[in-house]
Amino acid sequence: MTIDEIKIGGMGASRRRVEDNRFIRGRGNYVDDVVLPGMLHMEILRSPLAHARIRSIDASKAWEIPGVRLVLTGDMMATRNLAWMPTLSYDTQAVLATDKVRFQGQEVAAVIADDPYIAKDACEAIVVDYEPLPVIVNPMQAMADSAPLIRDDKENQPDNKVFDWEVGDREATERAFAEADVVSKLELHYPRSHPSPLEPCGSIADFDRSTGKLTVYMTTQAPHIIRAAVALVAELPEHMIRIISPDLGGGFGNKVPVYPGYVISILASILTERPVKWIEDKTGNLISTGFGRDVYLQGEMALRKDGRILGVRMHTISDHGAFFSDAQPSKFKIGLMHSAFACYDIPSAHLTATGMYTNKAPGGVAYRCSFRVTEAMFFQERMVQAAADDLGMDQAEFRRVNFVRDDDFPHRTAFGFLTDSGQYGKCLDVGLEAIGYEQFLKDQEEARKKGRLLGIGISTMTEPLGAGNSREYDILGIKMFDSAELRVHMTGKAILRTGAKTQGQGHETTWAQIVAHELGIPADDIVVEEGDTDTAPFGMGTYASRSTPVAGAAVAMVSRKIRAKARKIAAHLLEVSEEDVEWELGRFYVRSQPDRGVTIQDCSMAAYSNVPDGMEPGLENTAYYDPPNLTWPFACYIATVEVDPVTGVWDVLRMVAVDDCGVRINPMIVEGQIMGGLTEAYAMASMQFITFDADGNCVGSNYMDYLLPTAWETPGFELHEVVTPCPHHPIGAKGIGECATVGGPAAFVNAVMDAVKHLGVRNVDMPMLPDRVHQAVTTGSDVSGMPPVRTDAP
Amino acid sequence: MTSLYEEVSVTPVDVPVRRVTITVNGQRRAADIEPRLLLAHLLRQGFGLTGTHTGCDTTNCGACTVLFDGRPVKSCTMLAVQADGHSVETVEGLASASELHPIQEGFKEEHGLQCGYCTPGMMMAAKALLEENPDPSEDEIRWALSGNLCRCTGYQNIVKAVMWAADKMRASAG
Amino acid sequence: MYPSRFNYESPSTIDEAIALLDAGRGEAKILAGGQSLVPMLKLRFAAPETLVDINNIPGLGYHHFDEGGALHIGALCRHEDIEKSTVIAEGQPTIAAAAPLVADPIVRTRGTFVGSVCHGDPQGDWAACMIALDGFIVAQGPNGRREIPVESFVTGPFQNVLAHNEIAIEAVVPAPRGEARGAYLKLERRVGDFATAAVAVALDMSGDMVLRAGIALTGVGGTTVNAAEAADSLTGSTLDADSVSRAAELAAAAAQPRSDHRGSASYKRHIVNTFTARALSGIASSNERAA
Repeated sequence: MTIDEIKIGGMGASRRRVEDNRFIRGRGNYVDDVVLPGMLHMEILRSPLAHARIRSIDASKAWEIPGVRLVLTGDMMATRNLAWMPTLSYDTQAVLATDKVRFQGQEVAAVIADDPYIAKDACEAIVVDYEPLPVIVNPMQAMADSAPLIRDDKENQPDNKVFDWEVGDREATERAFAEADVVSKLELHYPRSHPSPLEPCGSIADFDRSTGKLTVYMTTQAPHIIRAAVALVAELPEHMIRIISPDLGGGFGNKVPVYPGYVISILASILTERPVKWIEDKTGNLISTGFGRDVYLQGEMALRKDGRILGVRMHTISDHGAFFSDAQPSKFKIGLMHSAFACYDIPSAHLTATGMYTNKAPGGVAYRCSFRVTEAMFFQERMVQAAADDLGMDQAEFRRVNFVRDDDFPHRTAFGFLTDSGQYGKCLDVGLEAIGYEQFLKDQEEARKKGRLLGIGISTMTEPLGAGNSREYDILGIKMFDSAELRVHMTGKAILRTGAKTQGQGHETTWAQIVAHELGIPADDIVVEEGDTDTAPFGMGTYASRSTPVAGAAVAMVSRKIRAKARKIAAHLLEVSEEDVEWELGRFYVRSQPDRGVTIQDCSMAAYSNVPDGMEPGLENTAYYDPPNLTWPFACYIATVEVDPVTGVWDVLRMVAVDDCGVRINPMIVEGQIMGGLTEAYAMASMQFITFDADGNCVGSNYMDYLLPTAWETPGFELHEVVTPCPHHPIGAKGIGECATVGGPAAFVNAVMDAVKHLGVRNVDMPMLPDRVHQAVTTGSDVSGMPPVRTDAP
Repeated sequence: MTSLYEEVSVTPVDVPVRRVTITVNGQRRAADIEPRLLLAHLLRQGFGLTGTHTGCDTTNCGACTVLFDGRPVKSCTMLAVQADGHSVETVEGLASASELHPIQEGFKEEHGLQCGYCTPGMMMAAKALLEENPDPSEDEIRWALSGNLCRCTGYQNIVKAVMWAADKMRASAG
Repeated sequence: MYPSRFNYESPSTIDEAIALLDAGRGEAKILAGGQSLVPMLKLRFAAPETLVDINNIPGLGYHHFDEGGALHIGALCRHEDIEKSTVIAEGQPTIAAAAPLVADPIVRTRGTFVGSVCHGDPQGDWAACMIALDGFIVAQGPNGRREIPVESFVTGPFQNVLAHNEIAIEAVVPAPRGEARGAYLKLERRVGDFATAAVAVALDMSGDMVLRAGIALTGVGGTTVNAAEAADSLTGSTLDADSVSRAAELAAAAAQPRSDHRGSASYKRHIVNTFTARALSGIASSNERAA
């Protein structure tokens, strides 16, 4: 009898999530839920100033507080060679400041005490004497000749530049501009934002002197990378380090980097020989951990009158904060910024990028996006709208004219990426149909006559998801593959482990579905485990939407290895040669006698009880998957808005999303990912940003000032799908987790710009606060989000 | 091995504590606590009820929402000592021994959670809503949950989850 | 985030609470709803020696209209009590309009009206309503009770005129001279955000005629702003296009906003103008519909 794949929870089943069983009962196991015997608690004292020399630190009062076990400062870290640590981008970052503080919130001292209240009391009792220094809060200030040198700790660092970098064909692009009928220009700022998972970062370090083993429970999206980093930084043998990433209360890229708090808690446990728990508070999370964006983008587009794009030039200036700690694995300095315009057939392109140090928190730069792809796609879709307007062309038609055609894959982009597949025109059509494009344009015209401002914004994009391939992507030299280990037990039940790490994406549910699809074992018979480096195969973790493209592929591949062995066992059981055995889901049968067959469960039983002569017993295997390419999902997001011309307040009328992420393993979970991403897109477009005053004080250091939308403001979403299977992925899937965050913001901004463009407005920087939109409407001019700069700035 | 460790103070902590008695999920529980202890911390560390999460420090996120004498409160913004003599209901009290509460079922059925961190607070706020309003509209649900932040779901499925629960609860109330 | 140590007292009578405050010599603080105070304790912006928790004093959770038509709100009346109150919905439109806009639904179950006024946050919603309504606070100390108009009650950000041994035991809104009309319009970026700007309007009307007017502004000054000139311009007149726009301009002129990440000073002033006009026009048009 044929197995119904949906019934066994295979591919395409909207299987209800198994992890929910613990979460809905309050039985999740987040790092702060872990309690170890004798555990101490750590709090970090942070700098109130953005740039200052530390004259002295007096911790004597802190030591006197009953219950305090240890006070650590930079000097004490230095005796262990731990005052500084390497970043994932080959820079160095202070663990506890020794010489200077270089951003507000930088770690200055740590107290370890019997409970966190006492640790906090002791932090307050530490007296730090600071000598304030001039502060730099944006990269343009940092470039000035008179700018103070932020990284005077580094050799061969004469200025505040982190890097200069370029990609593309400069000459060909210049020729394209020389031939252009129209040149369209745009300049904008993508403001600093913060991934801000609800759960902040934290760790519990537990060093056992008797065994020499260090176990660290840690909020990390990439436990194996952390193990490697700890081995390098703390000079501990790698087999004596166990990193456990328990349930994560969201990640969004914030939990990829190595943070000083982790390192300090490890040293504190080694020194006290007690487990030491560090749980960051929300302010600490917002002011010191990996942010996203903060890039100035300018560019221009060479256009032919008929609407064809001839070439694109871009220049970016990125603000990296005080330490270059991008957690991005590409060999490209500005990440995948040059994936911009990948869905358009453009002959030539050139990008230059400059990165600068400032007195702001250092980055991780990944916030629910694949390493600068968010900025790239935002600029792309804003530029496309501006170009269509300059040409007087319909914005949908302009896109259609320039899309890469369905029969033109694989397609080499002007910047050198190889896109794999897609049906861009079809996705756009589905979106336009769903929103009722033609009718909306009529309604908009009518409304405008009555003084109402309606707008429609489109954002279409393909983005590279699933780092990497190992040629171009590595972290600290470790190649960006991923892994899966499958153990099928005697009774046909199984345990699967991968090198990825779920943070809400539902791996415990979907990985089992891939195994069910490949082997016919019901998903409910498979338990999935991740996050423990002592048990999981080596993997690079979950970010950049890489789980399904890389680890998911490894799950399929390991299942196929198991199936190959099971086939040999089946031939043995059926007493035919292997060539005569056919497979259908969950069952091998004799080709000439379809009724004669054995199930996968029969094979697993035989693997432990009746293997053919000469075969190793057991039914276990491991697969490492090094993807041939990134996956290239496509998305079309369309928003309609109404702007109140009097107050500048804008409301979303409708939001339509058409996503083509290839084959969907669990449609319910995919849709959940899209809706979550759209919400963060709406957040960035409307309210969510971190800014700094001229003294480097972070404005946005808690949820009173750093605003995440609630259920009330968040619009409803209408989801549609197109499926173009990924040609190089074993199950045809592409990444999806980040598409909506990446592509969504431009839809909202384009919609508001569409509503006001007849007034002469071309750009309002995000977030489109009512004030900014009102200013644009009343003055008929652009509104820049450039932070205020003091005129007497250094 | 290290001079640092020798500096460690081992002075026992001696601060005044107060005895509080709180009915938690129907059971009377007592604790000796410092007045400054937050209710969320007593629930988590004192009573081991770690389903109540703390997400922010400024009374915005609502991950710590519990029912205090039946009304939803943010337990990070109450002192534990204030709960003396009162009743507190947490996520751990939602399910009976044999079955889930319809709100729990609804969150699973409608994919109303991803990372799960906001979920307990969200469900407690939903419970308070449904006790007052058994048949809420989408807007009423969005409004009632607007003191609870979710970073993963985009809320749409949370709204559906609460509707699912409301339908089931009305059906079983007959 | 963890508060520093304090002594905790939980009196069961007002007199006991006053005695505790008196003994605290300025280092004791009242804890009512705690929705502003507890976060400040956690952030260690506040570190009182003693907290005097009044939640166990019976009889302070009331709100009611007295025989003369004045509204009394007790020290432990929660925001949500006001939001759900049918008597306030019928009898006090300015407060009814503001109630759902205070903080968020969970905070409203616990936070108190009187506590919010005492907190003196220039971004607080209730102080603007009270000033627009000529409301006052009843304070009780060792020497008895006194009434303090909210207009002069808050002296600066997070400062009020209560003596160290006084408790604000109720807020009173005087009876309207005619029919009470009012509105509260608030621009916030999301639920629970402080106001970018907000306008409280309270009118006592007889038919079309404004007998008494109050207009106060939230979030556009170091303290809540009493736009008295704007209000006075309406007294004795009807609500027409001219009187509305004049009052709106005067209200905007009274605002003292500062530029910040919520918006520029000029924008906030513009919102005060717009919202004042919208509030007054709304009242005028509902008058017309009623007529």
